[in-house]
Amino acid sequence: MADSGVVETLLQRIEKADDGVDSLNVAASLGMDHQVIVGAVKSLQALGDIISADLRSSKHWELTVEGSEIAEQGSHEARVFSSIPLEGLAQSELMKLSFGKIGFSKAMSNKWIRVDKTQEGGPRIFRAVENIEDQVREKLLQVQKGNFSQLDEKEKNELKKRKLLSEVTVKSYWITKGSSFSTTITKQETELTPEMIATGSWKEKKFKPYNFEAMGVAPDCGHLHPLMKVRTQFRQIFLEMGFTEMPTNNFIESSFWNFDSLFQPQQHPARDQHDTFFLSDPALAHEFPQDYLERVKKVHSEGGFGSQGYKYDWKIEEAQKNILRTHTTAVSARMLYKLAQQEKFTPVKYFSIDRVFRNETLDATHLAEFHQIEGVVADYGLTLGDLMGILHQFFTKLGITKLRFKPAYNPYTEPSMEVFSYHEGLKKWVEVGNSGVFRPEMLLPMGLPEDVSVIAWGLSLERPTMIKYGINNIRELVGHKVNLQMVYDGPICRLDS
Amino acid sequence: MPTVGIKRDLLFKALGRTYTDEEFDELCFEFGLELDEITSEKEIVSREQGDTKASDASDVILYKIDVPANRYDLLCLEGLVRGLQVFKNKLEAPRYRRISPVNGDPQKLIITKETAAVRPFAVAAVLRNITFTQERYDSFIELQEKLHQNICRKRSLVAIGTHDLDTISGPFTYTAKPPGDISFKPLNQTKEYTATELMSLYKTDSHLRHYLHIIEDKPVYPIIYDSNGIVLSMPPIINGNHSKITLQTKNVFIECTATDLTKAKIVLDMMVTMFSEYCSQPFTESTEKIAQLLTRMCLLSRATGVGDEIEVEIPPTRSDVIHACDIMEDAAIAYGFNNITRTTPRAYTVANQFPLNKLTELLRQDLAAAGFTEALNFALCSEEDIADKLGKKISETRAAHISNPKTAEFQVARTTLLPGLLKTIAANRKMPLPLKLFEVSDVVLKDETKDVGARNSRRFCAVYYNKSPGFEVIHGLLDRTMQLLEVKSARGEGYHIQAADDSTFFPGRCAEIIVCGKTVGRLGVLHPDVINRFELTMPCSAMEIDIEPFL
Repeated sequence: MADSGVVETLLQRIEKADDGVDSLNVAASLGMDHQVIVGAVKSLQALGDIISADLRSSKHWELTVEGSEIAEQGSHEARVFSSIPLEGLAQSELMKLSFGKIGFSKAMSNKWIRVDKTQEGGPRIFRAVENIEDQVREKLLQVQKGNFSQLDEKEKNELKKRKLLSEVTVKSYWITKGSSFSTTITKQETELTPEMIATGSWKEKKFKPYNFEAMGVAPDCGHLHPLMKVRTQFRQIFLEMGFTEMPTNNFIESSFWNFDSLFQPQQHPARDQHDTFFLSDPALAHEFPQDYLERVKKVHSEGGFGSQGYKYDWKIEEAQKNILRTHTTAVSARMLYKLAQQEKFTPVKYFSIDRVFRNETLDATHLAEFHQIEGVVADYGLTLGDLMGILHQFFTKLGITKLRFKPAYNPYTEPSMEVFSYHEGLKKWVEVGNSGVFRPEMLLPMGLPEDVSVIAWGLSLERPTMIKYGINNIRELVGHKVNLQMVYDGPICRLDS
Repeated sequence: MPTVGIKRDLLFKALGRTYTDEEFDELCFEFGLELDEITSEKEIVSREQGDTKASDASDVILYKIDVPANRYDLLCLEGLVRGLQVFKNKLEAPRYRRISPVNGDPQKLIITKETAAVRPFAVAAVLRNITFTQERYDSFIELQEKLHQNICRKRSLVAIGTHDLDTISGPFTYTAKPPGDISFKPLNQTKEYTATELMSLYKTDSHLRHYLHIIEDKPVYPIIYDSNGIVLSMPPIINGNHSKITLQTKNVFIECTATDLTKAKIVLDMMVTMFSEYCSQPFTESTEKIAQLLTRMCLLSRATGVGDEIEVEIPPTRSDVIHACDIMEDAAIAYGFNNITRTTPRAYTVANQFPLNKLTELLRQDLAAAGFTEALNFALCSEEDIADKLGKKISETRAAHISNPKTAEFQVARTTLLPGLLKTIAANRKMPLPLKLFEVSDVVLKDETKDVGARNSRRFCAVYYNKSPGFEVIHGLLDRTMQLLEVKSARGEGYHIQAADDSTFFPGRCAEIIVCGKTVGRLGVLHPDVINRFELTMPCSAMEIDIEPFL
């Protein structure tokens, strides 16, 4: 707030003036710096419609430093003239004076002085006229008094050329009375206080208006990770659909449960060093359900349960090798085996969302570990139609309604279907998951009844999250290279909107 | 999934019509293939080696088609066209039959017992009266290569050799000999080499050097001779030059040597069935809805009339069919997956959350509400991360070790969440202070009581990074966590902290967290050396606890 004295004086001036005042004039007449008046105008403007002030700019002429010197002491040429005594002055002496050089040539061209080069001791300068009229000084004095109009444009420009005058733009306010003009101002309150509420004084107070254009103060808060927010939503969808969560907290798995129990042959490329992380410590798993292991061995090497098998020499040593699980289906296999050991089969719906590991080449969309989402349903007489129906319900909850299915190959499901959804943004069909019916060679050795089918599907958690949050490089989402600003700024996760 | 590159115009000619790219994509999708890319030789060379190299390359349009990994019969133009034509009812499913030569006995391949030491199995067949063209010949070579790369597992399981039968005479002998005793002129070479010399010759061959290891350290190498002692091939490395096939070859002798007999038979069947259509007697010759559908998938079928029974004949091309369910899938594909009515399983089930995950979900919400931001780090890391950098020895960590990591980032499964959080801070040093991070996730510890010798442990870790260590902030978060878990601050039945020594922490600034008499974790101010090793510059306090005791 500007000095209240200045504000009041200003208001009084405005009251007296009929059609308003100029802030520059006010400053000049009060002998104050113009900026002080500008401050008073601004603080009055902030109070509402007490005054109205229009910004205007005006041009005027000012003397330069050199111009001021001339106005005071005369032009260089006049000073040269007056420094020459009647008996003349040696040119060399004249040139020693500060104004000598410029003044000499101007005085010469004005024909005020003459040079006699025949004198002893070098050229000598004499007055050529008796009196002179110092017009330059006169003009500058007029400008100094503010009488710009006395000079014509040509004269002004000539003086400007001689760097004696300069043109400046001055901004000032033209101030008039506002709709609620008053010479006394009440101090505006910034905030409501407990005292005002208690005493009721708020009724008499005026409150300073808020600036609704400004941003608020960011709350001091923590944030959940975007991938985990999406995981929560997928969990929610499965729970809404009546699926029970599987215990997937075992990253290390034996090849037996990860591959053999799923009827994945021991020479399958997925079991290569290139694709799977093997463990050196603990290197081998022990304790398998022995009779089940024998049935698995038989179905691989000789067939059975209606299958010809793969007809190769199945080795326990291969099955014992510990790995980092390559899919959560290893846990599904353990769960289905457990289900088969129940006295009486009951239908189940299972799901899991957890980490899996692949010894793959890394790029912008692939990491060595990612989260797999998996759904499994086991019941008597399930069909491919059931699998497609349940996938339709599942994806509808994700906001995806246009689905189509492509025949695919997967060692442990038959039939296998890749799930494609129509992406409205990309205007094309994109793969959103994999699905299938588990092979009898996987289920029957576990001891599940022959007429029980198990349908399953899976997808990655990272891909829908990257699409949802518009992230192109997976490293910005998962791992320590995460962009925390992205985590801070992330919206809530509604998959169906 | 193998990708097959096929010239578009040849494909359309064989299919008897042209398709737009979209139509062909649609046909592939229905049949379970994927039209991966439409390109040309020129485009590929230009992309891989630059435009200048590409100027001479062909600009004939190529279709790159992804083929399911189990359908070896679709790896070449011939098989693909046959599959699609039968699928579209344009062709009857071929019936494959073995024939005997018009005069004389069938050829024989005698396997000696020496091969048991290196590559014990071999099977062979003859394609008679075949007519090659340049395209057919290229496709024949290409199919061998595709089979070698896929089902043959880079020739380790099976290796294929093809020979001009008219340049050699049976019976043939498949035996094994010490490398020094083998000498012949190999394919496309002008002089004879011993097997030992060949191995060093091919050390620098960009293609063949990948197969040397299969037999290199064996005492004897596999070798096939004809009755005159001419070398046909030294599998799985190279054929002899003598029996090389050319465009003029009329009768082809095909041998497959293997370490897996089933696979060898599949591969031989594939070679023979695919190219028998170019023989003078192609394939040597070849009801109800499902039966018709199956026939569309190259499975000749008929209803037997006994109940719902259908009899299906599996051709040798369909080695993937090993169970009735494989036939069912083909019926469903022919019917069209997308024509099947969608239904909903009727089973009534009640959903249950896994208790540990339920606790984790609830806890995470309230930790974020306490002002901490959630991080998500990898379960795999380097030994250094969990040991040296934290001032510990790797032998003290109970870490599970990975035997085949491609880089140091995947040497071990993490045993603590702390390094991940510190690395997250290091990657986000530009963010305003303080940084308050947490993670609730699994670590892995060796545990002999488990069948695999290790188990996961669910941890909660939090760090506070600022200009001052903020022990009281982390301590406050611990108090809040205990409040959330309904554990009172008390010795005995509640929780308390007591001074502890830990090389990760600054001396005198570390405490154990004891709940109901048991240590569940630690908190404290990190040791300056630890801070330095994670490339950080500010003081930092941290806590980590096991949350499974709170279930």
